[in-house]
Amino acid sequence: MRSFSYSRPASFDEACRVPERTRFLAGGTNLIDLMKSDVERPAHVVDLKSLSMDQIEELPDGGLRLGALATNAGTAEHPLVTGRFPLLASAILAGASPQIRNVATNGGNLNQRTRCHYFYDPDMVCNKRSPGSGCSARGGRNRIMAVLGTSESCIATFPSDMCVALAALNAVVRLRGPDGERAVALRDYHRLPGETPWIDNVLQPGEIVTSIDLPSVSFGEHYTYLKIRDRLSFAFAIVSVAVGLDMESGVIRRGCLALGGVGTKPWCVPEAEALMRDRPPSHSLFRDVAECILEGAVADRDNAAKLKLAPRVIERALWQAAEGTPQSQTCKTIR
Amino acid sequence: MNVVSANIGQSVPRIDGFAKVTGQATYAAEPHPPGLLYGVIVNSLIARGRIEAIHDEAARAVPGVTEVMTHHNRPHTALFEKSYVDGLGVPGSPYRPLHDAEIRFNGQPVAVVFAETFEAAREAAMLIQVDYERWPHNADFDAALHQKYMPSKTRSNYVPPKSRGNASEAYALSPVKIEGRFHLAPEHHNPMEMHATTVIIEEDGALTVWDKTQGPQAVQAYLASALSLSGKKVRVRNPYVGGAFGSGLRAQHNVFLAALGAEMLKRPVRVTLTRPQMFTHVFRPEAVMDIALGADRDGTLQSIIVEGVTDTSRFEHNMENVVVWGLIGYKCPNATADYKIAPRDTYTSSDMRAPGAATGVNLFEMAVDELAWACGMDPLAFRLHNYSEIDAMHNMPLTSNALREALLQGAERFGWNGYPPGPGSLRDGRELIGHGMATGIWDAMFSPTAARARLTSDGRLHIATAASDIGTGTYTILAQTASEAFGIPIDRIDIELGDSTLPECPTEGGSWTAASAGAAVWLACQSLREKFLKALAKSENTPERIKQSEVTLTEGELHGVRDGSREVFSLQEALSFIGEASIEAEETAKPGLRDKISEMRKARFTHSAVFCEVRVDEELGIVRVTRLVNAVAAGRIMNPKTAASQVRGAMVMATGMALHEESLMDERYGRFMNHNFSEYHIPSHADIPEMDVLFVDEKDEEVSPLGIKGVGEIGMCGTAAAIANAIFHATGKRYRTLPIIPGA
Ligand SMILES: Cc1cc2nc3c(=O)[nH]c(=O)nc-3n(C[C@H](O)[C@H](O)[C@H](O)COP(=O)(O)OP(=O)(O)OC[C@H]3O[C@@H](n4cnc5c(N)ncnc54)[C@H](O)[C@@H]3O)c2cc1C
Ligand code: SF4
Repeated sequence: MRSFSYSRPASFDEACRVPERTRFLAGGTNLIDLMKSDVERPAHVVDLKSLSMDQIEELPDGGLRLGALATNAGTAEHPLVTGRFPLLASAILAGASPQIRNVATNGGNLNQRTRCHYFYDPDMVCNKRSPGSGCSARGGRNRIMAVLGTSESCIATFPSDMCVALAALNAVVRLRGPDGERAVALRDYHRLPGETPWIDNVLQPGEIVTSIDLPSVSFGEHYTYLKIRDRLSFAFAIVSVAVGLDMESGVIRRGCLALGGVGTKPWCVPEAEALMRDRPPSHSLFRDVAECILEGAVADRDNAAKLKLAPRVIERALWQAAEGTPQSQTCKTIR
Repeated sequence: MNVVSANIGQSVPRIDGFAKVTGQATYAAEPHPPGLLYGVIVNSLIARGRIEAIHDEAARAVPGVTEVMTHHNRPHTALFEKSYVDGLGVPGSPYRPLHDAEIRFNGQPVAVVFAETFEAAREAAMLIQVDYERWPHNADFDAALHQKYMPSKTRSNYVPPKSRGNASEAYALSPVKIEGRFHLAPEHHNPMEMHATTVIIEEDGALTVWDKTQGPQAVQAYLASALSLSGKKVRVRNPYVGGAFGSGLRAQHNVFLAALGAEMLKRPVRVTLTRPQMFTHVFRPEAVMDIALGADRDGTLQSIIVEGVTDTSRFEHNMENVVVWGLIGYKCPNATADYKIAPRDTYTSSDMRAPGAATGVNLFEMAVDELAWACGMDPLAFRLHNYSEIDAMHNMPLTSNALREALLQGAERFGWNGYPPGPGSLRDGRELIGHGMATGIWDAMFSPTAARARLTSDGRLHIATAASDIGTGTYTILAQTASEAFGIPIDRIDIELGDSTLPECPTEGGSWTAASAGAAVWLACQSLREKFLKALAKSENTPERIKQSEVTLTEGELHGVRDGSREVFSLQEALSFIGEASIEAEETAKPGLRDKISEMRKARFTHSAVFCEVRVDEELGIVRVTRLVNAVAAGRIMNPKTAASQVRGAMVMATGMALHEESLMDERYGRFMNHNFSEYHIPSHADIPEMDVLFVDEKDEEVSPLGIKGVGEIGMCGTAAAIANAIFHATGKRYRTLPIIPGA
């Protein structure tokens, strides 16, 4: 780790006025790790923990506001979350380990960085770490890398589970910066790598995620978070699927779907969701949905298995949701 | 002799457990001498080439940095290459840290930064830039296979395969046969405790080196020789070791560099590796085995042909006993095997828990399973029909072999009822259920070992030997042994291990420590007991009434019986009669003439039978191991609790081998890329079912003085195969490469 200055501002205004090469610190489970690996080299670390944004509150429309500093564990266990957004609770519990979730925050989860082996190893060239240096993952050991939203310059997966559920739930990210507050749809928050893979998301310098808003939904038991990984717990997704279905007398009124583990950002395709509108669940429908959301997927050297696996996981998840049998995150049997 | 404190064989909890969980156990990176400098290693970026320049100006400018040690400025070390050969004695040209500008593997140390704080050293290490001249390298195993060879000088423990009959002809004639290429990915040991060394300079200039090692005396000898320290006293200590699995068999570069740094700077020094750096040295070699098996229609094995290759570095010839296990364990009239090593530009692969057998037994048992099914035979019945009672390769009887009992008792515990229904036919919901089994075999070894026993005036018994407890429970079983041999309760025993100045003991490994150190402690305690009772009987100060009694020693007390009356007195009193503050005895357990003859005439092995149930979601490629039963025949079990824990630990590791663990080599750079616990997957709790370990009775007075065979490695052998075989039974598909990664 390199030397840095540390401060703990007491107000938002103070926190937002940051010099260059600043990183905000929340739970530290990702940032500190990356600093120790010499991947992140901030000159200034600004600890957000004195700012009051750790609440989970109801919104007037029946939705919820999740404070950016609320922990992943606290969020997943909160009665308002388990009661109204069990899909989100499930996705959080599918990620990391209890110890990490106890410390990790919602804002940190949103802004966590890729687990690309080459990004994590400062000896390797990586466009995300040092702009323009090249991408070692292409043609390398890239079983865990993305197949959707990739570019010539980067094929790194965005690793979060929580954000996949947030994307399916059409969450809104609330930001506060030097120029005031704004709100961005979660689906637009993360960026495709394109030619500038070092820019992960739309956050501007000095901008802080203050909360994540969840609009009210009525999925009942028709949801699931299904995560496939290399061991049964404590591993990042190879493929994961978040689904919520608004069902009425056996017909899907509205379907929400997002993928993790396969995209350079939480992967949503509105056309795929639109296919489900006012249709009863069927194998052919779900196959079409999977095909539509995976359109354009391309594999590199080691990750072709994702192309085969993803449609199966998507269809299985859609059935789990349609049948109202969401995946348990403790019992490892998959229905 | 009447010994009441019969503690061998009891499930005594670990005597070092309290010290460990309360942080009182001192590990290699924990001594904190005043003036300690912290050393951080800088690793090479490239796999082969030459260092052209090292730019360390920025590093030196970091406050607190005292020195950057490189091949340019390091102190003198031994002149001759052979001085760097360590205890394991892998033939070739040993790697000499910071020797010169040449780079032989990715991750090779190119500099060590020393600073007043760990943080400063680490920051400065990140600022060092090295210019390299790059030479072509090969780190690709498949490409290396084209250069496979047999070294002219082999490792001393290498067992060359011995052919019998005419295997290729028998194979051609066999009505039932299978053949295939089986593969095992490279794995890293990854003990919890990272490799670390703390070097303390004593007042007289002697070095006390706290090192994470399995052999303090081997490291002591290595340092004295490689650093040309023969004129200086070097003491190596490793009282506690946080796991090693073989990574501590060789002196790793951290100990060399720490000692070199202390020499250079005349200050105490600590060098600790990071987790990613744990992927820059030893690893279990990648392996392929081409196996062809032929049988009669009734399932009688007729031919075994095995060709195996494992990888090594370009500079040392690391070999393992990979191909011999099937030839030893099955009574097949025609069998042949061939073994070679393939060089690549990496660090030298090295022994990892059950080296050779973890690879060779598991891959061979997967092939045997294929043949059993091809014969239309229950895999258990196939084993019972074909296993050998003797070492079939050397045609030598065994000191004992309870494999049949292990197979039968394991099957019963598991509920393996005869011929399982055909592959792919058991289903529960979306999951396919499969049952698989395999046999395991591992050496039962014994090496000469010395131990000292000393009784002190406080009535405590002190045992000392240079053995290492790498987390296996050695402290505990040696205390049990001493308790029984001397006749004293276990809470009045102190065990001292992990110090090169203690009585001689070979490096911990190969599951021989229990048998060897156990025997030494037994002898030393018996000898002390005799000496003590004799001295008591002789001493002028011993009261006459005691002299005239028949004196026995049990439970740490002396009992004098005379004319039907009994007098009890303490060890302390007895010592005061003798007039000594303490009394001690040292003994070496070594094979006597009879044992040597036995060794020539008989082979010795540990056996096991493993049974496994898996559930497989084939569509999603998910495997859940739901039951594991391991029946182990390992002679006398000193402590069922610690022994079962050893077997279970190995079964967890074998589950990793079957399903998770794989070091991902990027051949373009020669670097293993998943160098952290987030991406190098060892099994999590969710991956491990309830494990049932049972020990089969096996009385064997010949194998070692106490009838012990050792249990540290047998759990690796067969378990991965049983899982792979169960996956076949569930799905009807053969996966011949480990780990079996869903969908890959
Ligand atoms: C071993 C391991 C396994 C894991 N497995 C999983 C998994 O399976 N699934 C999964 O989803 N995640 C997993 N994680 C990642 C974990 O979820 C993230 O590390 C965590 O959510 C980050 O939160 P934090 O509060 O610790 O963030 P920090 O480390 O404090 O910050 C992370 C980043 O977010 C920025 N940041 C934090 N808060 C704010 C804010 N309010 N506004 C603006 N920027 C902010 C920081 O500047 C930093 O760049 C794993 C992590 C580890 C270490
Ligand atoms: S995939 Fe992206 S993060 Fe990984 S090496 Fe390439 S540029 Fe870097």
